[in-house]
Amino acid sequence: MSTKTVEYLVTRSPELNAEGVPVHAEFPLGVEPELHAEHMLINIGPQHPATHGVLRLVLELDGETVISCTPHIGYLHSSFEKLGEYRTWNQIIPLTDRMDYLAPLIYNCAYAMAVEKLMGIEVTERCRIVRVICMELDRIFSHLLWLGTTAIDIGAFTVFLWTFQERERIYSLHEALTGARITTSATRIGGMMADLPVGWIEALRNFVETLPRTIDETETLLTNNQIWIGRNRDVGVIGPEEAINCGLSGPNLRASGVEYDIRRDRPYYDYETYDFDVVVGEHGDCYDRYLVRIEEMRQSLRILDQAIERVPEGPINVADPRVILPGKTDAMTDMESMIHHFKVVMEGVKAEPGESWFSVESSKGELGMYVVSDGGSKPVRWRVRGPSFINLSALPHMVVGRLLSDVIAVNASLDIVLGEIDR
Amino acid sequence: MADETFEEAIADLESGRSKAGEQEVPAGDQADAGSHPTVAALRAEFGDAVLHHAVMAGDERVVRVSRDRAVAILRWLKDDPAQEYDFLADVTAVDWGGGRPLDLVYQLWSIPHRRALRVKVSVPLDDPVADTVSGLWKTANWLEREVWDMFGIRFRGHPDLRRILMPEGYAEGHPLRKDFPLRGRFSRAEQTRRILATPVAETYSEQELAVAEEVRSHHRGSAGSEASE
Repeated sequence: MSTKTVEYLVTRSPELNAEGVPVHAEFPLGVEPELHAEHMLINIGPQHPATHGVLRLVLELDGETVISCTPHIGYLHSSFEKLGEYRTWNQIIPLTDRMDYLAPLIYNCAYAMAVEKLMGIEVTERCRIVRVICMELDRIFSHLLWLGTTAIDIGAFTVFLWTFQERERIYSLHEALTGARITTSATRIGGMMADLPVGWIEALRNFVETLPRTIDETETLLTNNQIWIGRNRDVGVIGPEEAINCGLSGPNLRASGVEYDIRRDRPYYDYETYDFDVVVGEHGDCYDRYLVRIEEMRQSLRILDQAIERVPEGPINVADPRVILPGKTDAMTDMESMIHHFKVVMEGVKAEPGESWFSVESSKGELGMYVVSDGGSKPVRWRVRGPSFINLSALPHMVVGRLLSDVIAVNASLDIVLGEIDR
Repeated sequence: MADETFEEAIADLESGRSKAGEQEVPAGDQADAGSHPTVAALRAEFGDAVLHHAVMAGDERVVRVSRDRAVAILRWLKDDPAQEYDFLADVTAVDWGGGRPLDLVYQLWSIPHRRALRVKVSVPLDDPVADTVSGLWKTANWLEREVWDMFGIRFRGHPDLRRILMPEGYAEGHPLRKDFPLRGRFSRAEQTRRILATPVAETYSEQELAVAEEVRSHHRGSAGSEASE
C-alpha cells in the first residue's frame, strides 16, 4: 500500500501566473480605519440549498469579510442515541442508516461491527467481503453526491446531472441488495439481512467498469476550469497541525497532508491486504479536498475490483443460533430451532457486559461507534462519533477573514450531512 | 485510599456483575508494559491518579483517572513525545442509572504511534463538573457542549458552554440521563403552552419585529380597503 499525493495539473489557463496560481485582483482584508461602518449580521439557513441540510450559519460581516461565524445545529435532532437505549441490538440498525443517508451502508456495517466486537462474534469470510463491497460502494455513492452538490454551490450545474445519473445506478444496486434505495438497513448482528441476489455481482462489475469514464468526464469539466480553480484554490486553508487539533478526519484531514486513513492505520476486515493508495493533498484548501475525493473514488473502484474477485461461496451469516434467526423451514420443523427463533425475536440478542469502540473510515471521515452493555438485550449507551459533526466545528476556523462567498465553498468542501450532525 | 476502593467498585459495576470478557490488570504489572507502553508510563508519571486499568473487547485499553488530575494527565498524554495522543476522537459520557456516577469518556488516538487509549473520569451526579480540555484540542469545544447538553456535565473553563443540539431555552433537562423519560418531561400541551408564553422579543431581533409589525399593519390596511370596496 503506498501513498499517492494529488497534484495540480493546471496547464491551459491563461490567467495563471508563473507559479500556476490564478491571478486575483488584490482586495484588502480587515477593517478600513477611516470607514466607521457597522458590522452586519447575515443569517444563512436553516433552509438554504447551499447548507446541504438544515444548518444555520450566523455570520458577522465587515463589508464582505467574515469577522465571525457561528453555526447553529440541532434542527434535525432525532435523539437516535436515546432511542437506541430503548431498542434491542438489532432494532438499532434502521436508526444508523438514517444518520448518514448519503452513505447508509457504511453506517449499517460500522454499527454491526462494533456490536460484533463487543459480543466476540467473528463474521464469515463471505460477509466480510460483502461488507467491504458495501462500504466502498457507498464511499463512491457519497462522494458523487458531494461532487454534484458542491459544483452546484459553486455554479456548475452539469456535474450534478452526471453524478446523479451514476448515483441512480448505485440506488438500483442498493434496491436489489436490500429492498430500499436509501434506508438500507442491510446488516444484522452476525451477518447480513440477506445474501447477495442473483446477478448482483455482475451488475456491480458493470458499474465498476463504466464509472471511471464519468469521473474522467467530470474532471474535464472541473479540474482545469478557471472558475472552479478561482473559487477553490487557497480557499479555506487549514494546516496539518490545526487540522489534527480540530479533529478533522477523512478526506478533509488528508487534504491537509496528514496521512491518516483508518483503513490503513487501524485496519479492519483485511483492508491491509487490498492494494490501494491513501490519497493525501498538500495545501489543505478546497481544491485539494476536491482532488482527494476524486482520487478516492478511483481507489475505491480498485478495492471493489479486487473484492469482487474475492467473494467466496459459503454462508453469509454466522452459524450461531443465539444471534442469527434459524431458517424458516427449520423453525417450523425443528424444536431447537423454534426455541431459538422465539428467543431471538422476543428477547433479542444479548451482549456480554462490557464495551467496545469501533472506528471505520466512512466517506466523511472517522466514524466511531461506541457501545456499552450491562449484559442485557439493549445497550446502556450507544454513541456515534459522527465525522461531519466534528468537521463542521472546524468551519469557523477556516472562514474567518475570508469573503462571504468563500463560506459557501468551504462549507461545501467539508462534505457534511446534517442527519448525522444532529443525530 | 478510600477513594480508590470507591473507584474500583464503580469499575466493577461498569463491567457488569460478571467479569466475563474483561481481563483485570493489577496495578503496577510490569508484564503488561510491553503490550501497551502508555499505561505503565502513566502509572510511573502520575501514580495514584491512575485509579484503574482494564482491557475491554479484546484489545481496547481503558484507564480510569481521578477527576482532579484528568486535565493534567490528558495534557501529558498529548504532549509527551513518547505518547503523542494528538487526535481526540471523541468526548462523551455514560449514565449507568440508579444514581451511580456518570462516566466521562475520552477516546484518544495517536497518529504518529498508531495507538488508541480510552480515558475515563467518574463524575458524581450531585456535583457534575469537570475541567475542560478545549484548550488542548479544539475538537473538545463542540463535544463538551454536547456532553453538557445531553448529560448536564458542566465544564470549568469552557469558552462557550451552550446547548448545542437542543434549543437554547430547553427547560426539560438533559435528555441522555437515564432519569429522563423517552418522550421528554413535558406533555405536548405543556410544550405548546410554554412556547406560546415565550416573549417574542426573546427569539426575534428588534428589526425583525419591526418588519413583522409593518407587514401586519399593511395587511390590516389592505383588509380595511377591501372591506370599504
